[in-house]
Amino acid sequence: MSIWIDSILQGILLGAIYALFAAGLSLVFGVMRLVNVAHGDFIVLAAFLALWLQKLFGFSTPFWTLLLLVPLMFVLGYVLQRAVINPALTENVLRPLLITFGLSIIVQNGLLQIFSADAQKLQGGSLEVVSFALPGGLALGAFPLLMLAISVAILGGLQSLMFHTRLGRALRATSDDIKTASLMGVRTPHLFSIASGLALATVAVAGVFSGIRASFIPTNGPDWLIFAFEAVIIGGLGSLWGTLAGGIILGVAQSIGAHFSPGWQLLTGHLVFLALLMLRPRGLFPRRTE
Amino acid sequence: MNAPIQTPFHVNQSSRLSRISGWLSVAVVVVLATVPWWLGRGQVSVLMEFFYYLALAQLWNLLAGFSGIVSLGQQAFLGLGGYVLFFACTQMGLHPLVALLLAGLAGAVIALPSALAVFRLQGAYQAIGTWVIAEIFALIFLQVQVLGAGSGMSLPVSIARQVQIGSVRRDAVLYLIALLLGVLVMACSYALLRSRTGLALMAIRDNELSARTAGVNSQRIKLMVFVATSFGTALAGALIYLAKLRISPQAAFDINWTSYMMFIVIIGGIGTLEGPIVGTLVFFLLREYLSQLGGSYLILLGALAIVVMLFLPGGIWGTFATRLKVSLFPTQRWFIEDV
Amino acid sequence: MSLLEVSHLNAFYGDMQALFDIDIAASHGEVIALIGANGAGKSTLIGSIAGTVGSKTGIITFDGEPIARLRPWDVVARGIAVVPEGRRLFPSLTVEENLLMGAYARHKEALPLKEIYAIFPQLERKRKNLSTALSGGEQHMVAIGRALISNPRLLMCDELSLGLAPVIVQDIYTILQRIRSLGLTMLIVEQNVSRALAFADRAYCLQEGRISLEGRTSEITHEQVSNAYFGLKAGA
Repeated sequence: MSIWIDSILQGILLGAIYALFAAGLSLVFGVMRLVNVAHGDFIVLAAFLALWLQKLFGFSTPFWTLLLLVPLMFVLGYVLQRAVINPALTENVLRPLLITFGLSIIVQNGLLQIFSADAQKLQGGSLEVVSFALPGGLALGAFPLLMLAISVAILGGLQSLMFHTRLGRALRATSDDIKTASLMGVRTPHLFSIASGLALATVAVAGVFSGIRASFIPTNGPDWLIFAFEAVIIGGLGSLWGTLAGGIILGVAQSIGAHFSPGWQLLTGHLVFLALLMLRPRGLFPRRTE
Repeated sequence: MNAPIQTPFHVNQSSRLSRISGWLSVAVVVVLATVPWWLGRGQVSVLMEFFYYLALAQLWNLLAGFSGIVSLGQQAFLGLGGYVLFFACTQMGLHPLVALLLAGLAGAVIALPSALAVFRLQGAYQAIGTWVIAEIFALIFLQVQVLGAGSGMSLPVSIARQVQIGSVRRDAVLYLIALLLGVLVMACSYALLRSRTGLALMAIRDNELSARTAGVNSQRIKLMVFVATSFGTALAGALIYLAKLRISPQAAFDINWTSYMMFIVIIGGIGTLEGPIVGTLVFFLLREYLSQLGGSYLILLGALAIVVMLFLPGGIWGTFATRLKVSLFPTQRWFIEDV
Repeated sequence: MSLLEVSHLNAFYGDMQALFDIDIAASHGEVIALIGANGAGKSTLIGSIAGTVGSKTGIITFDGEPIARLRPWDVVARGIAVVPEGRRLFPSLTVEENLLMGAYARHKEALPLKEIYAIFPQLERKRKNLSTALSGGEQHMVAIGRALISNPRLLMCDELSLGLAPVIVQDIYTILQRIRSLGLTMLIVEQNVSRALAFADRAYCLQEGRISLEGRTSEITHEQVSNAYFGLKAGA
């Protein structure tokens, strides 16, 4: 019995990471229906940048790099959206899809060229080994708990932004009806770029935490992208808490699958994703109206 | 009251240029068929790759450019085809060339349940859904021990040798099959798009609801195209791995297969038949001249994709053809009043 | 001097020309009606002024300032508000959020919410509801309120009476009359010709992208309107 509880607990903690991966994606996908294939690669980029920044400035822990990385990646997201993606955001799915595919290839191979294919890891220090003992012989790591807290904080923050600020209102209005939003005075190219900037800012956090949690290589991007997307789609479009739920459901599914056999971890996650998608094509907690 | 005026008309699907290019293509194919007898092994091998890339790209184009189904999961069928070939040859003792057909059939059969999932979704969801299905295939094959699981497997030399037919060398046979595949995919696509079903297909791509209102059974047509392209992709995959002689899940189900197809079609010109030809040429030229740059070659490819998408959304052929109103393999119809 | 002046406007959708050499003007406080059959170009004209129809040639000035090259967000920031055809409320937003979106461009000049609720009291009760949960007439009020909250100098309404019961249309026009008495300049696109002519000071009739009739509503005859609407030459 406790093995099941352990699986579920670990699944929730794993799911928190996926939710963190997915936060930015949920925002961008929700606002502009953009499938950013490079999203996962940007998380990897953030991890590598954190590694480099830490060495460059001699920080004691990678967490300090966030002070630089978050604004840096916000600007990167803004500029990429404004310069490269906005012009292509006209009609169908394909143009922006291939552009972000191109970005994905550039980031992955760029990282391979600069850093080689060796596995890297960010060192979280003692935080990585501390754990809290629970009744029944279970243990919860401090670091995974921190990730859960950060995930909830970021998703909660984005949710507040979307529902309690003028900017958030504009983002939701634009995702409903871009033409009418522009008639209300929303500068849509700028707003989309802000959304992408915010997305990459969350990616910065996701990258640093993910880099501490486990080793990473330049080609991890696509795998993480799929987890992020699955979390967003399971949860439902337009709901950031839905994304958290989606991430957790995915994490728990994977964790239970892993319990049977390590090779089944990813497979179980994908199968649960497909099943849920078939049963509820709009996700479990889609935005109120659509 | 007078009877309504009837304007005599006919629907034209060819032009002088298209008829010339039709005959020219036949001539070119005949010449290409003789290539193994006057080009070196290395070059024959490159040409073989050219034709299977062309076939794969054209199949992807048929889905995304003409049917409105964006697939990021073609590698599912490609890998499946490769594995079915390996299985059929090593476990069932089939001749490799027979196994090729079996691989194609397997693709077609698996396409049916896949369509159940894929067609439930639209747009971006559909695209990601196809990718996830490919990942599922890869993960399943990772578990199958008899096919080498994670480390993959090699095709025994004895089986590889069976590909040789009489005095025609193995690499020549493989090249000819690739050529045949490329030509058949082009020819069948051309025939399909010029038929009534093709017209229905393009109507579906442009506006599925309107097409259905006009009486088109969109589900059935899309399914047909999906099954046919899966057959072709699986067959191509079987051919590829018959040539490579070694298969593993990471390689066979690599998303890069689809990214190359996408790249070729979009750079060449999506929604046109000539586009993939141009795209494959560009792809191979870039590979020839830039591969010495190593990993940077891929960075350039990515940058090129972005630049073309921003400034030439119709691709190289698409932009050129629209400007000059040229069409070598036309898929449109012209309504001509008879004077 | 006119508040709004449109000269030699040609508007295009891709290769297709929708408006041909349009000249219209609206003075401060005037109510202009735009009438014409479906597809005549009325909405295109509104879109051209508002900036949502980008492909155009010609001159549009608002209070002396040229606005033809401006994007919609810059146009509305100068004090033009639009009630779009079909209302186009934001389905994910509540009534109140929809109204607040109207103030997005001009939060300095915007009216406070309570003034909008004073004009439309029934909306205050439903302010936290999703806009889609309201009746057709109420949704129209939200759309008008959303346009009014920006405290515009020019209000453009596209097809207000479409799809509404006559009694609701009457209510809406009563509200418009109140707004008019505050001195707001209005450009009204209306399918219902008699209502349009009864309400407006001047009217323009569009037919296949061209102005086929213009004049003071008190002076235009019924026969003139019929001919202009359907593109018939006088006496045909």
